[in-house]
Amino acid sequence: MSFLEYAPAPESTAILNLKSEYGLFLDGEFVDGSGEVFDTISPATEEVIARIAQADASDVDRAVAAARRAYERTWSRMSGSDRGKYLFRIARLVQERSRELAVAESLDNGKPIRETRDVDVPLVAAWFFYYAGWADKLEYAGAGPNPRSLGVAAQVVPWNFPLLMLAWKIAPALAAGNTVVIKPAETTSLTAMLFAEILQQAELPAGVVNIVTGPGATGQALVTHDDVNKVAFTGSTGVGRMIARQVAGTNKKLTLELGGKAANIVFDDAAIDQAVEGIVNGIFFNQGHVCCAGSRLLVQENIHDEVVDKLKYRLSTLRLGDPLDKNTDIGAINSAAQLERIRTLSDTGESEGAERWQLDCTIPEKGFWFRPTIFTRVSAAHTIAREEIFGPVLSVLTFRTPDEAIAKANNTPYGLSAGIWTEKASRMLAVADRLRAGVVWANTFNKFDPASPFGGYKESGYGREGGRQGLAAYLESAGWEAPAAIMASAASATTTAAGGRKKTTKKAVAK
Amino acid sequence: MTIDHPVALAPAERAVRLLGGDLTEKALALHLDGLAGVDAVGLEQRAAGLATRSIKTSSKAWALDTIIRTCDLTTLEGADTPGKVRSLVAKAVTPDATDPTTPRVAAVCVYGDMVPYAVEALGSAHGDPDAGLVSVAAVATAFPSGRASLEIKLADTRDAVASGADEIDMVIDRGAFLSGRYGMVFDQIVAVKEACRRADGTYAHLKVILETGELVTYDNVKRASWLSILAGADFIKTSTGKVSPAATLPVTLLMLEVIRDWHRLTGEKVGMKPAGGIRSSKDAVRYLVTVAETVGEEWLTPHLWRFGASSLVNDVLLQRQKLRTGHYSGPDYVTVD
Amino acid sequence: MSRVTVPKTYKLYIGGKFPRSESGRTYEVTTQAGEFVANAALASRKDARDAVVAARAAVTGWAGATAYNRGQVIYRIAELLEGRRAQFVDEISRTEGVTTAAASAQVDAAIDVWVWYAGWADKYAQIAGNGNPVSGPYFNLSVPEPTGVVAAIAPQARVGTSLLGLAAVVAPIIVSGNTVVVVPNTGAPLSAISLAEVLATSDVPGGVINVLTGSPAEMAPWLASHADVNALDLAGAGDIDWVELQLSAAETLKRVLAPVAGVPAPALERITAFTETKTVWHTKSML
Repeated sequence: MSFLEYAPAPESTAILNLKSEYGLFLDGEFVDGSGEVFDTISPATEEVIARIAQADASDVDRAVAAARRAYERTWSRMSGSDRGKYLFRIARLVQERSRELAVAESLDNGKPIRETRDVDVPLVAAWFFYYAGWADKLEYAGAGPNPRSLGVAAQVVPWNFPLLMLAWKIAPALAAGNTVVIKPAETTSLTAMLFAEILQQAELPAGVVNIVTGPGATGQALVTHDDVNKVAFTGSTGVGRMIARQVAGTNKKLTLELGGKAANIVFDDAAIDQAVEGIVNGIFFNQGHVCCAGSRLLVQENIHDEVVDKLKYRLSTLRLGDPLDKNTDIGAINSAAQLERIRTLSDTGESEGAERWQLDCTIPEKGFWFRPTIFTRVSAAHTIAREEIFGPVLSVLTFRTPDEAIAKANNTPYGLSAGIWTEKASRMLAVADRLRAGVVWANTFNKFDPASPFGGYKESGYGREGGRQGLAAYLESAGWEAPAAIMASAASATTTAAGGRKKTTKKAVAK
Repeated sequence: MTIDHPVALAPAERAVRLLGGDLTEKALALHLDGLAGVDAVGLEQRAAGLATRSIKTSSKAWALDTIIRTCDLTTLEGADTPGKVRSLVAKAVTPDATDPTTPRVAAVCVYGDMVPYAVEALGSAHGDPDAGLVSVAAVATAFPSGRASLEIKLADTRDAVASGADEIDMVIDRGAFLSGRYGMVFDQIVAVKEACRRADGTYAHLKVILETGELVTYDNVKRASWLSILAGADFIKTSTGKVSPAATLPVTLLMLEVIRDWHRLTGEKVGMKPAGGIRSSKDAVRYLVTVAETVGEEWLTPHLWRFGASSLVNDVLLQRQKLRTGHYSGPDYVTVD
Repeated sequence: MSRVTVPKTYKLYIGGKFPRSESGRTYEVTTQAGEFVANAALASRKDARDAVVAARAAVTGWAGATAYNRGQVIYRIAELLEGRRAQFVDEISRTEGVTTAAASAQVDAAIDVWVWYAGWADKYAQIAGNGNPVSGPYFNLSVPEPTGVVAAIAPQARVGTSLLGLAAVVAPIIVSGNTVVVVPNTGAPLSAISLAEVLATSDVPGGVINVLTGSPAEMAPWLASHADVNALDLAGAGDIDWVELQLSAAETLKRVLAPVAGVPAPALERITAFTETKTVWHTKSML
């Protein structure tokens, strides 16, 4: 055996103390769901990990009612500093149980323990810690001197970063004074259940966070519920569009974090070896199950061959396999359905004339796996250059000038993220200015921080998560004074020839 | 320096092949300054990523033996004596008397005046580390500062080679490098390499120490690595061990990337030696991982890879004993050298 | 003997030009009492389409102008309005049926709205953007940027909004660098077209503001469903089926600002509603 085939180094699952079945988390307690209980499996082995309750519309009703009660009786009346203390507690408990959470996440999601341990779970703790500090400082958040919470937030999160996306949603919502009903993705409910245990340990008042598990229908019942004031969704653009329609005409505040097809632009003066790392991290991090993945590599034509050669050489050291092995770089695809989609799109890439290269590695017999894949000779017209694949598949395109790079990068209905690699800071800033994307990583990629706003342009959604901007999604602004002189003139302007009739100019028809 | 009056450089074979026959300082400078830059954050993150590899059981056993087998056991003190060197050699030949399966180290590394004592002490154990024997490496060229005239540096080198040194660890002129006199640095390496020539026409292996802690920036390290290889280095080496920081994982990764690029360009394999500051097995294993994943594990032989270290071997021996016996060992169960 | 006056032909304003509606249609603008004042162009969906093309073409230049420059250009609108105040007072009082004093107050307010927003051009990004102290060796900055092309329905109330409502909707949209296609007050559209004449002689580049007189109910659905429109300001859409417009807008996930009664009060939020926060990370190291 060669040294590079490192001997197995599995993270122990002994730290887990899972129940065989998890209920819904309503009003501070685990309760049975009214729908049929379903299995959550490990995508790496297809073995059942636990059984999960399914919430139907009546359960969602109960959850929203619990959240409403908690909002009115407890959470909205509590001081910001006290709300903050609960969030600080949660942050600390997540840190204390971090290894357990990391193992559970890898088991349930299929992503490598290296990522859950070093990225997902530390960020979860950081997110709660960051927003905890905001809870008693909301008047500085930019939403006016008297910002108000919205009420009950309905939140639906995806399966690619189950616990992290939950944290992105819950932490700012609670800091701003809202209560929450959240639905994890159907295939990845497990860490949300462990998180519910953490909420119990934190003695968070009952009903402030309610967790309803189940399929898309559960989420739909939640976002369309009449008594929610805020809807926050992370997931596909298709579902986001549907939710935007469902919310149309209501007074629910909506934020959406949807799909992407990010361009990762490599100029010929880039620090090539670091750019190669950035490309790898951009598309193979989390098996490419990342909405902001750098799935379109735009490389300057004169360095195309060098970059692709180095990329392939680098990929040869990636290790695909057991997500719980500490040396695994590429874990399992989250579900059979997702695997099928990746396969179909990759086949389309080949049939449309792109050149496929795949890492030559052993695929485990059980579970859902896809070899890291690079498509070269891709043009902007190819399906794989336009559609979000959400898998470990990179499409390589070329450009000749900065203008061409920008035009190609922006040539998509999406606008979530982008990467720029150049040692020339002036060009970096100019290109960043012209990229239509909410997050631009220059000489890095896939970096996340609770202080840094994240979210898209165009069909990648609206609203931001993270930072001060992330709080705005959960606050109603109030209290800014309109310029008095203008308002006085405006009032006089409504005096008719008949004289005297005035009407208000400020009342909103709908919020 | 102008194009009209180009400063000609010694026609080192690699540089001539790459840059053309009329080798000038200008051509060299243009080449070095044209190398792709290094993003420090990205480099350090890649190194940190490599450092998370978890090396267990059979891989660990192989790694521990490889660390010993590729170690230049070093003493470079003003207080060195023949007795100290003999003791070092004994350790090099028999690192762990309680376990005859323990490999020997690759070389002992000493000051030039200590070479005769090392050779004498090694006796029949002196020779090619690939054959299980132990080489003698000597630091030369006014180590560690390199602040002496070229003549002194060459004499220093010739003396060590004549005394039986198999390998010469030279230092580059960091002052010249930092002031942009690349040609001077280049010519000195070429000259020292020539001074490594033995009477029979063979050459002592030349390791070129960049002293990365004084070059400071990664861009400088990259240029100096490339320059040293062009001038004929058999190995490039991070540090003297007398300047902090000495070897770091990111610097080693960067130098290995240059070695990889040179290999992809020419097919030639240049060796790498991080030196100074590597004290624990855990740390050393990270270097092995970095080698394996950057240039390939075929580099993990004494001909292409060395650790310059003094205390590392004992920590490796403790780990070896733990693997063998299943319980933790203690410092009293390995020898001081 | 009184002189025979020369009445103005009121046309559309698209891409810096004054075309008639491609449909050839016009509608009668009357006083409150129903007396004929003028014919206004009745814009069609194809005019809306052309206006979006013109607006899109103008985005790069306008968004790329310096904030100081945009501020001056918008301030210049106020200057020119002030100089032509008599004409606007006349048009407003005739079409809205208000006193000269009320019309004059509206012109005052409109001018002040332009001035108020002009001053935000080089400041809103400082309020809505910020540096972010991330955990790592990164420079990290969030800045708001214009979202692109915005379609707007100006306030439609018969009294007190025709010039002011247009300013209160258009100014916050364009101050950040967006371009706009706006449907002005249907009943009292004259001051909007006269404003367009002001714009044409000011420094506002063609295509930045496009004015389509006519029916919001007819044009809004085309604008709401247009894939090359980034956002929708429904300020004056309260009396038409704006829920249907939101549904259309959802297809391409447009940013939508809901209807308001009367004239929207000047507010920073109206600027930021049509901006996107872009966050740029860059590595930071001395080595």
